[in-house]
Amino acid sequence: MTATSPAPAGQKTPSTGSGPGAPGRRRRLRSWRQRPNPVAGLGAFAWLLVVGVPLYALLAATFQQTSEYRSAGPLSIPTDPTLDNYARAIDNGLLGFVLNTAIVTAVVVAIVVALAVTAGYAIVRTRSLLTNTLFRAFLLGLAIPNQAVIIPVYLIIIEMGLYDSLLAIMLPTAAFALPVCILILTGSMRDISDDLYEAMELDGAGSVRMFFRLVVPLSRSGISTIAIYAALQAWNGFLFPLIMTQSPEKRVITLGLFEFQGQYRVDIPGLLAAVVLATVPLFIVYLIARRSLVSGMMGVGGK
Amino acid sequence: MSVVSPNRDGRPASTRSRARAAAGGARPGAPKAGRPSAWWGLPALLFFSLFAVLPMVLVVYLSLTSWGGLGSPEFIGFENWARLAGDPVMHQAIMLTLLLTFGSWATQTPVAMLLGVWAAGRQRNRAVLSAIFFVPLLLSSAAIAIIWRALLDPNFGPLAQIGPMIGIPGLDVLSSESGAFLVILFVSGWQFIPLHTLLYQGGARQIPESLYQAAEIDGAGRYRSFWHITLPQLRNTVTTSSVLMLVGSLTYFDTVLIITGGGPGHATTIVPFLMYEAGFENYQYGYASAVACVLVAVATLASLLMVRFTGFGSMRSTREGM
Repeated sequence: MTATSPAPAGQKTPSTGSGPGAPGRRRRLRSWRQRPNPVAGLGAFAWLLVVGVPLYALLAATFQQTSEYRSAGPLSIPTDPTLDNYARAIDNGLLGFVLNTAIVTAVVVAIVVALAVTAGYAIVRTRSLLTNTLFRAFLLGLAIPNQAVIIPVYLIIIEMGLYDSLLAIMLPTAAFALPVCILILTGSMRDISDDLYEAMELDGAGSVRMFFRLVVPLSRSGISTIAIYAALQAWNGFLFPLIMTQSPEKRVITLGLFEFQGQYRVDIPGLLAAVVLATVPLFIVYLIARRSLVSGMMGVGGK
Repeated sequence: MSVVSPNRDGRPASTRSRARAAAGGARPGAPKAGRPSAWWGLPALLFFSLFAVLPMVLVVYLSLTSWGGLGSPEFIGFENWARLAGDPVMHQAIMLTLLLTFGSWATQTPVAMLLGVWAAGRQRNRAVLSAIFFVPLLLSSAAIAIIWRALLDPNFGPLAQIGPMIGIPGLDVLSSESGAFLVILFVSGWQFIPLHTLLYQGGARQIPESLYQAAEIDGAGRYRSFWHITLPQLRNTVTTSSVLMLVGSLTYFDTVLIITGGGPGHATTIVPFLMYEAGFENYQYGYASAVACVLVAVATLASLLMVRFTGFGSMRSTREGM
């Protein structure tokens, strides 16, 4: 999401036209692409309100006393800002949920990266019908919604004796992130040229050395994309934790928010403060690594 | 979407494309020296099979059984399916799911396209706005549902007043059937439009500038250019985005559970939610599995469409072009 080009120097009016600009190209100044587009600008502003107002209401509410929230309404500016809501959210065990979620996320990313990188290598480099079939199988898995197989997965988890453990969340979450990740990764591995493999082959490298010296370093961008995608899936996943765990010690953040909602019917500021806290880690990542995060979000679509 | 590489047949580095490689690759039939064995793919395959492939087989078997969650499933033949066929709630759930899918598509596509094309342009304040536009992507669907439920709260919510504006009497939008459905439709739009905006932004960035210059020389204005250049050039993006919407609409669950709980009545009980309710609230896992089979069927169909229309199956190389 980088801006393609800065506006050429000396341009008076910011153009709101519907065409990507070519860097530094001088054009006739009166063209429609140089003039602002009021309709588009207005539309964008309208959407800004649709997105921004709820987010503002969310933030404003978290700094209000509960009593003030009820009397003044959430769209008011907090007159007496307070951090009580955040303190309450933390007192209610939010940090424990965050910790669980972090553990789940880290393990899911590790599983997904290890499996996707090795499978991707086989799919891209092995010339056999088997791996081709493997790839097709993963493709088919692309659109299977979690909900469709949650009952048998639940049964399998119970049979494995994993019910109500963090592993019960990690394993299915990782499995369902795999198809998209393998798709992204094979795409980026395919860009490694054959000559490099051949050069390594002449040096007498085996497939293991090629894997670590060539494939992994050269598909770094793909690997970071799938790591982020898997992390988002794990961090924001709701269905697997809901079904596979029950005890408070095993609660992850999304489930924690859901429980809070049941418990704090009237304490909306406290609930929303928990929502904000749950999002802070992702927001920090967003500020640091916006581009990789966005490509991770786009998953399949990011092509 | 990148251009289609010669690897159309889905075979890794097909001999055809390799023959084209100037630096002569391995000849067809060359020894497999330096190629990994298929064993590399085994761990992923086993793992995926256990948690995704096996369950798909199991769910069909379970749909033929009666199981309350304890003991072993008991085989009962097609009883669940017969019940499914005659269940008015299921019929309604299918209708609602279709309505939600189509409604999402019809509302999200135009908004996302216009926003994406706009965001691909060169406004001075675009970067800041884009940053705000994409914040909803960071929130989990559970968090988004909780936020909207709080905003729509009939006692304290600032948005409770919108009911009368859109023709729903009373302050509690969620207590009316059409209101609850519209809320689900709106919230899913609020959540997913940013993602599709990104897709359209990427698509619009790839339209060659020269097309617009040519149009300008021919005297085409802004709107004609949009209609005759931008729209046709975004064809592939529309396909990708639409298929993703189709698949995504089969997974709306968190939003429904948290905001409406499938109610009022069964007004927002879409197929995934019906499955959850039957299984994990009423402990009729056999019947819920039959509902899940319907989901699997629809999803597989969607998946085939996806492979067919977006060329994901062609295993072509993609560059991270963002």
